[in-house]
Amino acid sequence: MDSAISDARTPASAPARTPLGAAADNGLKIVVVGGFGVGKTTMVRSVSEIRPLNTEETMTQAGEAVDDISEVRGKSATTVAFDFGRISLDARNVLYLFGAPGQERFWFLWDRLFSGTLGAVVLVDTRRIDDSWYAIDRLEHHGTPFIVACNDFGGPEHSPEAVREALDLDPRVPLVSCDARSRQSSKQVLITLVEHLQAHYAGPTARPRQEFA
Amino acid sequence: MSRPGRDDAPDRLYTVTQGRSSSGPDNPFDLVTLVVAECAPMPGMQSEHTAILRLTEAPTAVVEIAAELRLPVSITKILLSDLHAAGRVSARHPYTAAVPDPDILEQVLVGLRNL
Repeated sequence: MDSAISDARTPASAPARTPLGAAADNGLKIVVVGGFGVGKTTMVRSVSEIRPLNTEETMTQAGEAVDDISEVRGKSATTVAFDFGRISLDARNVLYLFGAPGQERFWFLWDRLFSGTLGAVVLVDTRRIDDSWYAIDRLEHHGTPFIVACNDFGGPEHSPEAVREALDLDPRVPLVSCDARSRQSSKQVLITLVEHLQAHYAGPTARPRQEFA
Repeated sequence: MSRPGRDDAPDRLYTVTQGRSSSGPDNPFDLVTLVVAECAPMPGMQSEHTAILRLTEAPTAVVEIAAELRLPVSITKILLSDLHAAGRVSARHPYTAAVPDPDILEQVLVGLRNL
């Protein structure tokens, strides 16, 4: 598995920036969240029309607004780095796909960074399922709709039922397997998420259960 | 490491924003707000402002600007607020709603299927 962990450095030969069309006026967010090395950046790279970029957000503890940087020095600032890619959906809508860490310290930046996100993909390595519990718990807490995608690392097959049980997953949350290196597979994960969003917002009776495709 | 900001001395960020370190909760810029330059860079402008005006000749998201400038998102938002207040950039904020517009979801789905 090509593990491109948070390494979005530009090769010297990378093309220059690709600008958006002049009519672009609506940015949309989908977040890919998961443990270290699970393939978040790989998935972003698979579907992005730009090379994935990397940036960061910093804030001091407990979300205090700090107006004087001298105060920052005396406090422990948390820095969270994240990768992102871009998909132009049509002339006006542009989807930004963020690869974000699932660790604890990340989550108090969630509201600031990812409020208004359409939904999330929880990317799971079935060899390390425990890494995903925290992310799923936080997404439920924030009320962000999500699906679970198991990245295929070529290990032993786990049945959907076993993964679902191990994650204690709500039966309405779709669970799919994918290969984050594949554009087609990653695209299908995003389609599954958006279809889930449609069902989710159409009403509780209309939410289908989905299993491995 | 190529990560922006992290290894920079705080003094640099202090200078860039004239001492402000937090863009505050009322800053209207979202990560995916698309920013468009409304004027060309002018001589004597702060170099970060010049860089932003060049980047935003075509609509460019806040997060892309931050990545290209290698500055933290919050610092980038402060710079954008200043430019916006001076009328030098315009901002196309995302259509946000507690429940996404079904038409927008359908447009996203169509766009993804066409990839």
